[in-house]
Amino acid sequence: MRPTLIAAALLAALPFAQAWAVEPHEILKDPTLEARAREVGKQLRCVVCQNQAIDDSNAELAGDMRVLVRERIQAGDSNQQVIDYMVDRYGDYVLLDPPFKARTLVLWIGPGVIALLGLGWLASYFRRREGVGGQTVVAAGEQVQPLSDEERRRLDQLMKDENA
Amino acid sequence: MRVVYVLPLVMILLLGVFSILQLEKVGSGGGVDKLPSVLIDRPVPDFDLPPIQGRDQGWGSKDLLGQVTLVNIFGSWCVACQQEHPYLVTIKSRDLVKIYGIDWREKTPEAGPAWLKRYGDPYHRVGDDPKSHAAIAFGVTGAPESFIVDKKGVIRHKHTGPITPEVWAKELWPVIQQLKKEKVE
Repeated sequence: MRPTLIAAALLAALPFAQAWAVEPHEILKDPTLEARAREVGKQLRCVVCQNQAIDDSNAELAGDMRVLVRERIQAGDSNQQVIDYMVDRYGDYVLLDPPFKARTLVLWIGPGVIALLGLGWLASYFRRREGVGGQTVVAAGEQVQPLSDEERRRLDQLMKDENA
Repeated sequence: MRVVYVLPLVMILLLGVFSILQLEKVGSGGGVDKLPSVLIDRPVPDFDLPPIQGRDQGWGSKDLLGQVTLVNIFGSWCVACQQEHPYLVTIKSRDLVKIYGIDWREKTPEAGPAWLKRYGDPYHRVGDDPKSHAAIAFGVTGAPESFIVDKKGVIRHKHTGPITPEVWAKELWPVIQQLKKEKVE
């Protein structure tokens, strides 16, 4: 009973467990500027973590980057300027979403192309596939010929023999 | 025929070969986790650092102009920095290149100076960077990291990790010698 209760309580609390790492002393007084800082912070990767935004990371460097984002926003930079500032120093790696450009084309469309190739292969495989016992499985679009009277008679005969 | 049946085996073998090759690469020092610095061949970002406690001179990007320099990011908390430190002291004692230090993210203002007192001071100048201003400007992800800057103040080489005698002889010193020959007009 107890563990079930605890589990239920934890589950219920889950939606509120947002992993903000932004420290209280970092938060800007101006809520609009702070909102912009969050917007930027969500897009920037913590460069010492593997796959976390600086807003979600407790790493010290991520904290310093958050503060820097706020400093630049307060100094009048646009969101894009702040992001460009970071990309200037850390490269595209600092962006959680890699930008869509020639160098990253494979990254973006690669999985789709592979999936299409796989589907194509699967389709042709099933089309050619032979069923159990050498019977050809009818592919989509193929015409199915109904049995002729002669064939039907033979089939009935065979079935009768089988049952006898 | 049933190529399909051997395909997984082939793929696993390929994967194995690839993994071993990558391991070899890491083993020989060319880590796969290393990020290329986008700052190579670009001017040192603008910054000015205050001195560390007990000294009267910090330094900024303008101090690097007119000479080939080695910029070294370190911290008293950084174990790998301790490892490279004696060799930096050797470089200083042989007067091979001026090393500009960035004392990064010290918890207390005394920590950096105390560490330098204990292990020796290889730096021409040291700047205090408790809030990562210079570190982020250099795109630093960890310490130690070192940059070779040419006479025009352009970053020409980056080394991540400790400077060992081998790294110095094979990687850094040849670049520095080359850059020292470059003329500034």
